[in-house]
Amino acid sequence: MLEVDQLVMSYGGFRAVDNCSLSVTEGSITGLIGPNGAGKTTLFNLVAGAFPPSSGRIRYLGEDITGLSTDRRFHLGLVRTFQIPHEFHRLTVMENLMMVPPHQAGETLLANWLTFGKVRRNEEEVRQRAEETLAFLELEHVAEERAGNLSGGQKKLLELGRTMMTDARLVLLDEPAAGVNRTLLRKLEEKIAILNKERGYTFILIEHDMEMIEKLCHPVICMAEGRVLIEGDFATVRADERVLEAYLGETVGAA
Amino acid sequence: MEWIGFANYAVFMAIFICIYALLSLGLNIQWGFTGLFNAGIAGFFAVGAYTSAVLTSPAADGRLGGFDLPFWVGWIGAMVAAALIAWPIGKICLRFRSDYLAIATIGVAEIIRLVIKSEDWLTNSARGITDIPRPLGDLSYTMSQLAYLGIVMAILLVAYLMVERQIASPWGRMMRAIRDNEDAARAMGKDVPYRRLEAFIFGSALMGLGGALFAHFNRSITPEAIDPMVATFLVWIMLILGGSGNNRGAILGVAVVWIIWSLSEIVTDQFPHEYAVKAKYLRIFLIGLMLQLVLRFRPEGLLPEASGERKPVGKPSD
Repeated sequence: MLEVDQLVMSYGGFRAVDNCSLSVTEGSITGLIGPNGAGKTTLFNLVAGAFPPSSGRIRYLGEDITGLSTDRRFHLGLVRTFQIPHEFHRLTVMENLMMVPPHQAGETLLANWLTFGKVRRNEEEVRQRAEETLAFLELEHVAEERAGNLSGGQKKLLELGRTMMTDARLVLLDEPAAGVNRTLLRKLEEKIAILNKERGYTFILIEHDMEMIEKLCHPVICMAEGRVLIEGDFATVRADERVLEAYLGETVGAA
Repeated sequence: MEWIGFANYAVFMAIFICIYALLSLGLNIQWGFTGLFNAGIAGFFAVGAYTSAVLTSPAADGRLGGFDLPFWVGWIGAMVAAALIAWPIGKICLRFRSDYLAIATIGVAEIIRLVIKSEDWLTNSARGITDIPRPLGDLSYTMSQLAYLGIVMAILLVAYLMVERQIASPWGRMMRAIRDNEDAARAMGKDVPYRRLEAFIFGSALMGLGGALFAHFNRSITPEAIDPMVATFLVWIMLILGGSGNNRGAILGVAVVWIIWSLSEIVTDQFPHEYAVKAKYLRIFLIGLMLQLVLRFRPEGLLPEASGERKPVGKPSD
């Protein structure tokens, strides 16, 4: 579904992503792990189209999307979340979700005056979908709150919720568990599994919480110094010596 | 007969408040809802004022036009011209981060001012354009003032309702999202540069209309009227003080600042002659001080953005 081919991203002399190649099959939940500074988030930014790579190609659904802007990739069902929550802080939680669906009737200047009935019907549909999403995430009680007032964990859920407001196919989750408390974390795992099974979302998941990786992800890809170190199931990756080395023992004990 | 003088002055002020309210609404679309730092309001104001002046004034030698068209053609023309000027500016400048956009728009406004000031064939340069017809301007002084007040109030009401409705629509929601977080809006599939351009043009058209109403009220327009202090920065203060992101706040801010601005002139007029030059600084200082106080004690303005009135959410317990 996604093929990354010899991708390079260099800032001056520093290569954040260095000749990275990997592929993701449809329907999988692929875990992306690696020590800090391994280039995981940079890789996400490249796949999502936040900036163009220095060299290399990205293919999605058989098409070369290397030169496509972020918003165009979104319309192909390639949706991302952010490591640091990027909520629309002065909008309500409800509005945060309702702004997402593409090609809304009321998004053009004149439609609000010429085809008001259509805009209203479309708004009803979007609201319905947002309500379902809020119910799924168990966030109904904060629907009318400003998103900026949410807790860190709630913002993470909202990030996930936004991906549910469109017909996503490949969802990039950047550390969905960071800053989320234990109870909420289990809930988040459940939600991701359900979305994968019932909606057929393919996920790529950057995560430092090894429990979550173990539970959800197959395969697991470990990155270090901008390239793929090893790919395989969780047990194999965890046992690999190069992975141990990359982490220098810091998180390996916990894993 | 003192009260007649007062009443006349009140009407005069009310007309100015309505005209400035249009500028403030335009800026609110750009800054309050979309986050575009337009520091060149005076430029769009000038384009609107001069376009309508050229279209509606009687034929004159040595400059473009006048075309002697009805006033409403001039007003629509003013909006169209301001929008047409905004298009290339926005196309180029909206790629910049907001602080660069501010610098670019100041520059553009200054260019517009200099062109108007020096191009004889187009704008009659420093002498300006006179004989601009005012609708219902043939009535007696008081009646004519009142009639014009009625017209500008009606236009302001229509503009206010239009902006309110547009901001309440999915379009407005998308704009506020772009303002709050550009990267996230882009990641959610919104064409950010194009949408910003829409908001920039929409706001600029309102500023152009404000300029036209100003020119027809004074029956003349000269380059002096395009003073960035009065036509750009005063509007910014009005919007910030009133509450950016709130259209009623934008209008309230205009009323408050304009009344203080005008009264300060009455006060400084009482000063002895030797202080007359200093009085000008004093008024500007007063406005600056007011802005500082608002930013310090009520940064969200007198009437904050609507959805902000909610209590913070308690953090979920573990």
